[in-house]
Amino acid sequence: MSAAPSTAAGRFDCRDAFARTLEELAEADSRIVTVVNDSVGSSKLGAFKKRWPDRTVNVGIAEQNMVGVGAGLANGGLVPFVSAAACFLTGRALEQIKADIAYSNVNVKLCGQSPGIGYGELGPTHHSIEDLAWLRLFRELKVIVPADPWETAEAMRWAAAHDGPVFIRVSRFPVPALDRAQPTFAPGKAEMLRSGEDVAILANGVMVHLALAAADQLAAEGVAARVVNMSWMNPLDQDAILAAAATGAVVTVEEASVRGGLGGAVAEVLALNRPVPMEILGFPDFCPTGSVKFLFDRYGLSADGIAAAARKAIGRKVRS
Amino acid sequence: MSTLTASVPAGTGDRIALIRDKALWIRRHAFKMVFDAQLGHPGGDFSAADILATLYFGVMRYDPAVPRAPGRDRFIMSKGHCTGAIYACLCAAGYFPEAELATYMRPLTRLAGHPNRNYLPGIETNTGPLGHGFPVGVGIAIAGQLTGSDHRTFVLTGDGELQEGSNWEAAMTAGHRKLNRLTLIVDRNRLQQGARTEETAGLDPLDDKFRAFGFHVEMIDGHDVGALLAVLGADPAGRDKPLCVIANTVKGKGVSFMEDNVSWHHGVPNPEQFAQAMKELI
Repeated sequence: MSAAPSTAAGRFDCRDAFARTLEELAEADSRIVTVVNDSVGSSKLGAFKKRWPDRTVNVGIAEQNMVGVGAGLANGGLVPFVSAAACFLTGRALEQIKADIAYSNVNVKLCGQSPGIGYGELGPTHHSIEDLAWLRLFRELKVIVPADPWETAEAMRWAAAHDGPVFIRVSRFPVPALDRAQPTFAPGKAEMLRSGEDVAILANGVMVHLALAAADQLAAEGVAARVVNMSWMNPLDQDAILAAAATGAVVTVEEASVRGGLGGAVAEVLALNRPVPMEILGFPDFCPTGSVKFLFDRYGLSADGIAAAARKAIGRKVRS
Repeated sequence: MSTLTASVPAGTGDRIALIRDKALWIRRHAFKMVFDAQLGHPGGDFSAADILATLYFGVMRYDPAVPRAPGRDRFIMSKGHCTGAIYACLCAAGYFPEAELATYMRPLTRLAGHPNRNYLPGIETNTGPLGHGFPVGVGIAIAGQLTGSDHRTFVLTGDGELQEGSNWEAAMTAGHRKLNRLTLIVDRNRLQQGARTEETAGLDPLDDKFRAFGFHVEMIDGHDVGALLAVLGADPAGRDKPLCVIANTVKGKGVSFMEDNVSWHHGVPNPEQFAQAMKELI
């Protein structure tokens, strides 16, 4: 199922795929309910609520309660999709996610809306650049960062069928649908989108299409860059990381803090198994005021910035 | 659920005697566990013992052989540190053999310092950090509303625990949705870890607070089994609100030198104190 464009031509807001897929799932499974913190609109769940008002559990602006209620609904045999702005869902309710969801290991799906710096000018209180570092620690909680509408929809379908806790980032930043020859959703596996042996760019979420654009730039210079979609933060596809390391230089790109997220996860694997020069792209600190595009460009989260980081990593390869 | 035991109608003398026996058994075994481990929270174990015994031996329907039967009544020990009491109670209710009580707090035991639903049958959610059990109980009650299940949900919180704001978020939802099959029981022993609740962050008037949040409130002696049985056993169909039972209790109830003494929040007995307590708990 593909989502209709809701922004500029050829670009998609993944929330549309999220909402439409949730309706499709709810139609087939009466156990599926949503739990929200007055976030029906920001989660694009208006149609869901209209269709299933009883199955839209709005607890108001109360995220700790929202996540606990989700755990309780699962205890009562339902399949709750808890949907709220990622910053509040993961920041305000982190202890509930830890104790009630991950440690209790219950069948709750956490949907972090507008993650990363999706809220742009609203600033660091509304940014969620910490969530990947926080949540990848919990082995029970599967963490998925989809790159486009197709992957968002597939992640939702997988989450609904999986008996256990899942966190899915649902981005609002408009992205193109990735061009896949044979789209197959492989749980827990990284997806190699482009082969190359000079450098490997490991990206997730809305950074993936920028990594592909960077690889195009590099190809024009005769540099063959591998591009890997690392949508699964947990479990982490270690084999894909080690295969990427065979290129001798690795760049990670994420819409998250440079500390502890995808870059941190990949660095752990490389340092323990196969150290190679590495560059980590993301946000070094709380962001200053700026639009999403401005902030992406400022921190090198662009085709130009990613290509520059790749050249730098290649330049650091140990000459033998 | 046909496999579940319906609770015995409240109010019979035999039932009250049975519950008292079970409460005594819970206190004696919880204290033995704490003594052997030299770890635990015996003061709060004792204030909650009569409440637990009333629920498990007079009110709730459950089947320890099918601990996750969909129609079971749920109990959540939100004051998760009082594991001596809840483990002894679940053991008495048939969830696991008595010999296992000796493993309390031992390496790799199922009887951990705080309850874990994936270790032990009968535990509904992992508690320990305070203010977690009530929201989960609200979710279970909403699930009952949505699925048409007639299960009841009971949550036991400490009183100091109500200083956690998450409880009041949950209270708002419970009142708003008129979760009449949800019961919050407050173990109102008036002592928290470091001092009296009213000296720390006062809770009174607690009954007014819950009424304002849309609850039907009952204030009773939390060691009066007859009163507990009458209030907790009443048919919730007669209510259009969630029930809050403020159970006025005594921390350390049953042992003279422990009663209403803050040092027994997580104090543990020496051999002389243990022997003295066992003499009194008869």
